[in-house]
Amino acid sequence: MQDNCSIEMRNVSKTFGRIKANQDVSLKIYKGEILSLLGENGSGKTTLMNMLSGIYFPDEGQIFVNGKPASITSPKDALKQGIGMIHQHFKLVSVLSAAENVILGLDGSLMLDMKEVSRKITEICERYHFNVDPDKKVYDMSVSEKQTLEIIKVLYRDADVLILDEPTAVLTPQETERLFDVLREMRKDGKAIVIITHKLHEVMELADRVAVLRKGKFVGELMVKDTNPQEMTNMMVGRTVMLNIDRPEPVNPTERLNIQGLTVINEDGVKKLDNVSFTAMGGEILGIAGIAGSGQKELLEAVAGLQPIKSGSIIYTPENGESEDLVGKTPMQIKNAGVALAFVPEDRLGMGLVGGMGMTGNMMLRSWQKGKGMFVHRSDPTALAEEIKEKLEVMTPDINYPVRRLSGGNVQKVLVGREIATAPSVMMSAYAVRGLDINTSYTIYNLMTTQKMKGTAVIFVGEDLDVLLELCDRILVLYDGKVSGIVDGRTATKEQIGLMMTRFEGEGGEKNE
Amino acid sequence: MNTIVSLLYNAVLNGTPLMFGTMGEVLTEKSGNLNLGVEGMMYMGGAIGLAGAFYYEKMAGSAANGIVAILIALLLAFIAGAIGALIFSFITISMRANQNVTGLALTIFGTGVGQFIGEYMRTKEGGYVVVGNGLKNFFQASPFPKALQDIPVAGKLIFGHNIFVYLGIIIAVIMAIYMNRTRFGLNLRAVGESPATADAAGINVTRYKYLATVIGGGISAIGGMVYIMTIAGCVWNHEGLAGEGWLAVALVIFCLWKPISAMWGSTLFGALLIMYLRVRLPIPSEIYKILPYVVTVAVLIITSLRKKKENQPPESLGLSYFREDR
Amino acid sequence: MNKVHTPLFHLTKRTNLSRSGAWLIRLGSFLAAIIIGGLIFVLLGQNPFEAYQSIITGSLGKSVALRQTIKIAVPLLGTAIAIAPCFKMRFWNIGAEGQITAGAIGATFFALNFAGKIPSMPLLLSMGIAGALCGAFWALIPAVFKAKWGTNETLFTLMMNYIVIGFVRWLQGGPWEGKPGSQIIPNFNPDAVLPEVFRIHCGWIIVLALTIFMYVYMKYSKHGYEIAVVGESHNTAKYAGMNVAKITIRTMLLSGAICGLVGFMVASGANKTLYHNVADGVGFTAITVAWLAQLKPFVMIVISLLLAILDKGSGELQTRMGVPSSISDIITGVFLFCMLASEFFINYRIIFTKSHKKEAAK
Repeated sequence: MQDNCSIEMRNVSKTFGRIKANQDVSLKIYKGEILSLLGENGSGKTTLMNMLSGIYFPDEGQIFVNGKPASITSPKDALKQGIGMIHQHFKLVSVLSAAENVILGLDGSLMLDMKEVSRKITEICERYHFNVDPDKKVYDMSVSEKQTLEIIKVLYRDADVLILDEPTAVLTPQETERLFDVLREMRKDGKAIVIITHKLHEVMELADRVAVLRKGKFVGELMVKDTNPQEMTNMMVGRTVMLNIDRPEPVNPTERLNIQGLTVINEDGVKKLDNVSFTAMGGEILGIAGIAGSGQKELLEAVAGLQPIKSGSIIYTPENGESEDLVGKTPMQIKNAGVALAFVPEDRLGMGLVGGMGMTGNMMLRSWQKGKGMFVHRSDPTALAEEIKEKLEVMTPDINYPVRRLSGGNVQKVLVGREIATAPSVMMSAYAVRGLDINTSYTIYNLMTTQKMKGTAVIFVGEDLDVLLELCDRILVLYDGKVSGIVDGRTATKEQIGLMMTRFEGEGGEKNE
Repeated sequence: MNTIVSLLYNAVLNGTPLMFGTMGEVLTEKSGNLNLGVEGMMYMGGAIGLAGAFYYEKMAGSAANGIVAILIALLLAFIAGAIGALIFSFITISMRANQNVTGLALTIFGTGVGQFIGEYMRTKEGGYVVVGNGLKNFFQASPFPKALQDIPVAGKLIFGHNIFVYLGIIIAVIMAIYMNRTRFGLNLRAVGESPATADAAGINVTRYKYLATVIGGGISAIGGMVYIMTIAGCVWNHEGLAGEGWLAVALVIFCLWKPISAMWGSTLFGALLIMYLRVRLPIPSEIYKILPYVVTVAVLIITSLRKKKENQPPESLGLSYFREDR
Repeated sequence: MNKVHTPLFHLTKRTNLSRSGAWLIRLGSFLAAIIIGGLIFVLLGQNPFEAYQSIITGSLGKSVALRQTIKIAVPLLGTAIAIAPCFKMRFWNIGAEGQITAGAIGATFFALNFAGKIPSMPLLLSMGIAGALCGAFWALIPAVFKAKWGTNETLFTLMMNYIVIGFVRWLQGGPWEGKPGSQIIPNFNPDAVLPEVFRIHCGWIIVLALTIFMYVYMKYSKHGYEIAVVGESHNTAKYAGMNVAKITIRTMLLSGAICGLVGFMVASGANKTLYHNVADGVGFTAITVAWLAQLKPFVMIVISLLLAILDKGSGELQTRMGVPSSISDIITGVFLFCMLASEFFINYRIIFTKSHKKEAAK
């Protein structure tokens, strides 16, 4: 076994400001093995691996590569040691071609020989059955193509250690299967593979060994064949947790939104939504599934009045109110009518929150127009900020402390808390639990369910199909801007939704279930 | 016919300082740095280049060699601009300050340095600082034999320019090859587009940014020297460079960050700058002189209307990079 | 090859720096700038203490000098106040120079055509209004293009400077020329000149009032809140139901109007005429003032006085020690560089790495 050890991390620690991201972690990585690094969001998995890939340098501790002490101060050092990492957010230059991306940063002759590069890429593609055109620009590629390109990049550099950070987050079940086959193939070639994940079923399916991190500390490792999901969860969370989400039956569902033939064309002239029709009911959670970029963002934004609508209607019926068409109304009018949007974008602060302001300032985003005359009103937002801080346990030194400096989970609590506080009759959220730990995620799920029981129509765009299937009453599946079907959350299966995510089945719209 | 030849010839002459300014800024911006201090760096290059040639002539007396004078002026101007760009780089790359404001600060500082040196020389040398006619000729005359220059039309347009025109063309071609055909050029483009990607690929982002910005600043500053030594007649006057540096920044957008286009673009603007002298129109000359700035505005508007992927500025232009940003 | 080396230090973002700590760092950078400035004087063969002393006495020593200094500070402060909301909005308006000039043109139009025909008070009022309107109009053009098509505002506003200055040159030699061939616009009728308070034209009172207005506007008004949000993120602003285009245009109108007022004050109060260099670089130096003051209106009073002292004092330096007065630009640049760099120490912390050798050895 000793000869097989590719990398050893000994007593590694890393601190960011006041946050101890990794504390005294020791870990071994072996050749010809798939190791799964398991832990909740914020448990320090990515930070730990970033110390192998040269993004961070450990504050304390030592790294050994093939038994020799190594100092990895930059990604270049890491590549020299044969370590390649595929980051969650792809590191690709979108205006360059696939081949140009592959040779980025490599040493070699001054003048580029793109033919030779293409030849070598084709070789790798044949070896692992990839299908990538070396001359294709990255901005023309699909998510899964980009990921393949990332893997080619690492293989081109002859890496023996491959680290993948949440590689399946953006893939369909079918694409995930294909990726796993490739990884198994690489294991056969004697490469050491680390996959960072928080999805237990992936660990069970793919990995040989699992190492668990919790709050930055190493809590133990298990051989996958000797364990089960419940044991792993307990290790990950530190105590026994119930994995079930409470899903009460909808009470007296009434129609809130009736969307017919919604079509949206974006700035570049691309059709992002194509004749989308569905209804959202008060008292139920409508899940929206789909590959990233299938039109989820545009759908929510169209309802919220942030996207110009080409054609179609959005009939909104508030509780005890007259129906009205939201198309053509301003975002402010729609909001005041009771339609709330809690959109959590990839960078969290890009939309919905103002990073440089404190909680109070961010509460004002909802109420800034309410003050008398030309001045803003401060006391209500201050009270609301205090309340949310208290109720959702937001960790902040002060409600005027810039939210940019809060941790991801706390930022999200501020955002979701504020949206719920407006007591909307339609509540839309996208990626509301992205980057949250399990406990906070469940807090958010429960908040959604509470809203539902209050009679709100909840629209929940999610990434994790398991969660969607446990939380939602109905699930709408988007494919390339079209509705490929609406299924019952209680009876549908993951495979069924996965298939719908990759090909268009229905004829655009809801056919009475 | 003669008017057109003369207009073209003078367009090239007046466009040359712009060409250097633009090419330097193209290199800088390709690394993701938006250095608005071009005007300042060109001032520094102009004043220090002039000082170099002037004091060299003063020391060497009648033995002064034109080629040596040109080399001294080139080198000093380059160094002056490089120092300005180095200050900018340190503050924006290492200290991660706002690039817009730092660039403006460099403009204030650089124009100050330029004016200061100009005035200082004037007071020190008792009135007038001008390079002698012998040397002046080296800066302003064509390096080609007279026989070539005497070829009708083509002689003047191809062989009749001062040496800096040809130097500029050589630099433009080298830059184009560097950016599009070499490994380092590819890496540089990646740094400007997405420093995080470049970093993860093992490219030393800081080094590329520093080098591109400092060399770019040096090239821009040569433009200032060329302006003073050719168009302004080897003398420092109070007008300084009259906004040439800012036109260069605008030209970078016009040229879509391509060095070869910088040649055409700067010639076009050179033509606009002198048109009021060459092409009579029934409008007052003071209004006519506004033309290049109006055209620049038009160019800015037109470029903002076109949205092709390849024609966009480097994606991370103007942003500082911190690896551990989370 | 396998030698283990550790980097000497690395950086992390600061999370907990008190306000006083931040101002202490800024004070340190101010001192650093003074020292670097002193070194420049040494380099020029001057005694730095003497040089600084003559700057101080030259600008504050006599009441005449003091009044001159304040006269320089007035347009600087006014313009800094004007561009503060733009910069807060991350709209890089470097066209204050042109907006001042445009304002001066508007004021001059009334001064030349209505002086003697209407009483002084309404004349001055109409000059002020015309100045504000012209400044606002000149700022409106780039703002509209930015709002509609995202046209690069930095260069657009800058080019507008050259255009309007060229226009004044034409006025000087054309329709508004005084003595034929003089290229000079005649001095204003005394009715069109701003009255003096404490023997300084009363522009200083207007500017101080504007400072208070801007403080309240930015801190407490809805508009101020909108500007802050737009400056952080256009997406967030849209999401909150704000009309980014409208806010951009409105803020630029305000900024241009204040610049225009400054132009009116300079033409009517200080120069008593209009010429092409009426703005005299104030539009650029004011950017320095605004940024050094962290866009805080009351701090701008201090900074603009400081730069005015430097400016006026450098004039003294030239007459007394033969140092060209453009030294003030160099020192201003040094101040800016130091202040910009100091923000780094406010935002980041340098951590020196502990030695790993011991641990590796065990």
